[in-house]
Order: sequence, then structure tokens, then C-alpha cells
Amino acid sequence: MLSTVLMVCLILLSLALLGSIYRLIKGPSTADRVIALDTIGITMIALVAVLSMYLKTSAFLEVILLIGILTFIGTVAFAKFIERGVVLDRKRDH
Amino acid sequence: MTGNEIINLLVIVCVLLGTFLSLVTMVGLLRLPDVYSRSHAASKSATLGVMFILIGALLYFYQDYGLDARLILGILFVLITSPVAGHLISRAAYYSGVPLWDKSIRDDLKKVAKKRSSASE
Repeated sequence: MLSTVLMVCLILLSLALLGSIYRLIKGPSTADRVIALDTIGITMIALVAVLSMYLKTSAFLEVILLIGILTFIGTVAFAKFIERGVVLDRKRDH
Repeated sequence: MTGNEIINLLVIVCVLLGTFLSLVTMVGLLRLPDVYSRSHAASKSATLGVMFILIGALLYFYQDYGLDARLILGILFVLITSPVAGHLISRAAYYSGVPLWDKSIRDDLKKVAKKRSSASE
């Protein structure tokens, strides 16, 4: 019962991932693509959690934290790049 | 009904709710008209969906390993960072000049942004 539900959820989450990938390819502005990437990262967290329940192992749970942190840093860097044109500010002279 | 069956039922409910919210996010990303409403859909429902799924995983692994600190940290981290990321990317979209939906009637940030840019010059 539980493993059937988890398999169905894996398939549906992959469908959600495909929708985000469509927005990533099609999106008219750069911000659309970054939003789609952020959503893909979040959905990948959910996929890893469901997969680790399906395989009955707790070995993949670090991956959840890792994907979360990397997605956040990537989104912040992209947002700063879109807004200001640089990611890391240079130090002022005075 | 034993305790394990009850926990399994709760896990099923949480995972199904989370998957439903992820699908809602997908529909929102595909059908909403402009960047801001898409970011609205993505940051809210995706956050809640992944938190439901992580709570389901927390309950599932509670049977064997007890409360898993990695999952609790993951839930807290997603709860804190995902709205911040949504805010930053909408702000970047606005200041880089992505247009609003042509049927939207109100833009309060425009006045403030104009005042701010004229003050910095």
C-alpha cells in the first residue's frame, strides 16, 4: 500500500518537474527561468525524500539539506546578477 | 489498528497532500500570465508541498530511527529560505524592467522606485 502510493507520488512529482522544465525552456524573461530553476530544486528535494522512503533507507537525507542550500545560493546569486549586473561587489577604494 | 498502521496512514496523507501541492505549483507555473503571479504560485505552494512531504518522511523514519535532525533542519531551512528567494527574484524582475500583466491595474512600487532612482542621481 505505502510503496504503491510512494511510486505514484514519484511519477506525479516527475510530472511537476516536467512542467517546470517547460517553463525553464519557454519562459519569456530571465526571471521566469530562475523561478523555474528554483521550483525544480524544491521539487528535487521532495523527490529525494519520497525516494528515500521508497527505498527504506535514511542514507539520502543529507542530500535534502544540500540541494536546499545550493538552490537558495544559486537563486540569490542569479537575482543579484539580474538586478545589478554583478554577483560579488568590489571593495570601495576609500 | 496498530501504531505502525496509523503512522503509515499519516505518511500517505502527508505525501499525497505534498504531491498535490507540487502539481498545483506546476499548473500555476504553466498557466499564470506574468512573472510576478508565477513567482507567487511557485514560492508559496511549492514550499508548503515540500514541507508536507518532508513531514511525511519525518513520520516515516520516526518508526526506525527516531526524530531525524536532518529532516527537521531541512523543513526549517525550506520554510525560511524559499520565500526569501521568491522575494529576491520578484524584486530583481521588477527593477530589471520585466512588465506586469497588461490587465493589472495598480503598481504602487512605481512611485517609490521613481523617487528612489531620482534621489540616487
